[in-house]
Amino acid sequence: MERVLGDKKTILVLLGPALIVYTVVMLAPVVISMGYAFFDGNAITGFTWTGTDNFQRLFDDPDVRSSLWFTLKYGLILTVLQVGLGYGLALLYVFVLQRGSALVRTLIFFPVVLPTVAVALLFQKLFEIAPQEGPVNAFLGVLGGSPIDFFGDGGHAFWVVILMDLWRSAGFYGVLLYAGLVDVPEEMLESARLEGASTYRLVRHMIIPLSMPVLLSALIFSINGTLKVFDSIVALTNGGPGNETTPLTLYMFQTSFSYGDYGYGASIALMLTVLCLLFTVFIFRSARRDVTEA
Amino acid sequence: MKISSIGGRRRAAMKWTGVGTAALLVLTACGGSGGDSDGDGSASGGGNPSEFSFLVNAENTTIPDELTTLSEDQCKAANDDLPLKVETVPQTQLDQKLQLLAGQDALPVSFAAGNTPALTATLDEDGQLLDFEKTFDDLGVLDKISPAAISTIKSLYGGKFNVLPYQYNIEGFWYNKQIFADNGLDIPATWDDLVAAAEKLDGAGVQPLSASGEQGWPLTRLISGYIFRELGPDALQKVADGDAKLTDPDYVSGAQAVADLGAKGYFGDGVGSIDYDTAINTFLSGDAGILYMGSWVLGSFADDSLNKIGNDNIGFFPFPDVEGGAGSSTQTPSNVGLPMTFSAHQYNDKVGAWLKCIAENYGQASLEDQNSISGFVPATQPDLDPLTQLVQDQVENTKESVLWFEALFGSKATTVSQTNAAPLVSGSTSAEDFMSKVQDALDSE
Repeated sequence: MERVLGDKKTILVLLGPALIVYTVVMLAPVVISMGYAFFDGNAITGFTWTGTDNFQRLFDDPDVRSSLWFTLKYGLILTVLQVGLGYGLALLYVFVLQRGSALVRTLIFFPVVLPTVAVALLFQKLFEIAPQEGPVNAFLGVLGGSPIDFFGDGGHAFWVVILMDLWRSAGFYGVLLYAGLVDVPEEMLESARLEGASTYRLVRHMIIPLSMPVLLSALIFSINGTLKVFDSIVALTNGGPGNETTPLTLYMFQTSFSYGDYGYGASIALMLTVLCLLFTVFIFRSARRDVTEA
Repeated sequence: MKISSIGGRRRAAMKWTGVGTAALLVLTACGGSGGDSDGDGSASGGGNPSEFSFLVNAENTTIPDELTTLSEDQCKAANDDLPLKVETVPQTQLDQKLQLLAGQDALPVSFAAGNTPALTATLDEDGQLLDFEKTFDDLGVLDKISPAAISTIKSLYGGKFNVLPYQYNIEGFWYNKQIFADNGLDIPATWDDLVAAAEKLDGAGVQPLSASGEQGWPLTRLISGYIFRELGPDALQKVADGDAKLTDPDYVSGAQAVADLGAKGYFGDGVGSIDYDTAINTFLSGDAGILYMGSWVLGSFADDSLNKIGNDNIGFFPFPDVEGGAGSSTQTPSNVGLPMTFSAHQYNDKVGAWLKCIAENYGQASLEDQNSISGFVPATQPDLDPLTQLVQDQVENTKESVLWFEALFGSKATTVSQTNAAPLVSGSTSAEDFMSKVQDALDSE
């Protein structure tokens, strides 16, 4: 086996086809997109070289600032909530429900398989004020409150988006982290219990460190997914009211395809890529330190 | 590690960097070549179409239906040579589709030419659009197009006649006669009268105005209406030319006037969530007193399943004067709907036969079948229902027309304007902020 894999030609034959497909499908579009960031124009008018102008625009554009702020706020809050809730659910499955958790897991996982647009329509109707009052506003009315135009105000709309995406994704993170927790050896926990460890100490000093690899994966999945959120926001608020719930992805999409400014859109995309990379590296680094400390 | 091995790796790395850079340049150049069309129509997809392909926004069912009817009757011969094939795309995705198709020189024979006149102008600069003035002249049917429609098109598209007036719309306020009579209201002659009427309706528990904040444009057209009446018909042309700014106090007062209507709740609850159909239904079910809309709404008025108040109960008044303003209510907002055009590259004699048939028959057919007034002159004047006749008279009596708020804006300013209209009337954006956002978008275009 070593002889086979030691032969460079064999490696080339084995890896070559996959590498070619990867280059054509992934690398080439990425490189082309990066190239566009140095140009101005679109498919109709053609492209002209503008050097770093698009990157300078990024710093002066108030829409980029507001989209970046929204993206970071959304990404961080939702990551904390969905991984936190997911971890709580996983602990519930493993230590409380144990063998009887299958039905609960299935029910909580169910929203993950629903189409985003259907979920967005559901939440639109739930929080509707006009033409008909939705259940949430009707409930507020029963409590004696006045109805709220949830989608007419950026602050309210933000929390509806967070709530919807949390409902959609908590089940997924619950199952992902559950898979990590079931690998924690039962004998170790049992012996710790016999030594008199409290539940808090058990979770803090044994379960969290032992499930750190899967927790780390969940955090990286989550932050990358939330920083690149697109479909759920388009379907629920389309970035509104105004541009108050517009993430960088939607602003990039509008810039490139609605405003016909491919170059500037590509530079926004590049900025988003760098952002995702920075967050991923940051999580890796800080997690590595944590593991060592633990 | 040996020194030679490091050197070898460095050489290899340099080689791969070089290959990568070359690939980047080649790929980028390839990506850009789509836009370098020289307009000779020699690329694939151009020149000799096998069908009369028509790409239209899915929301528009009027034109495809009418063309289908023509293809089975008056235009049967043209259709036998070049069969009509309708393809639809949601209006929000139209611009992207056009950009991609135009970049590959693969536009269909006929298509909706974009959501903003700016995109239509870009397509024209790229040589993609047919010059109808010359083509209709060559076909001997230029007299089948109403001069007023040609004039509106030219004022929208930089002096060029390169879209078809399948619709010729005027805009104004439609009101519920019964509600006005019950509340002792007269037709408002000034903006102040309109506000007073709204106040009275609101006091009587009737929603004064119905508008779609989800679409945004029904609200921004109130702003432009006010600005045209206050500052004169060239007010927005001055903004487009850079001679005035939307942030000037005179312009902000237009946005403020509309924001004030919203602040008093005259558009009802949750205006930002109200879509186009709901806005129309609210008026047609008698729940609102006034609706600002274009004459394309006659199609909905004619639909008995929608119209619960009856056509006889609907009246029309033009956008009223603003006291002391430079404009007048005789200047009618008008447009030709979402522009439909023909590809210059796909044009040949068979397409010409279709175009000639459309010019000769569309005006009559759309009046008879859809109660829809187009810029094509009907061969004979059919009996019209009173509302259609009213619009027809208004079109004929219009001496001067004005455009709409975003008519001379690019895509970005149009989107910014329309998406911020609902926050303006719901009070979460001030009139100054609204105008400054739109002006910033205009400046960045």
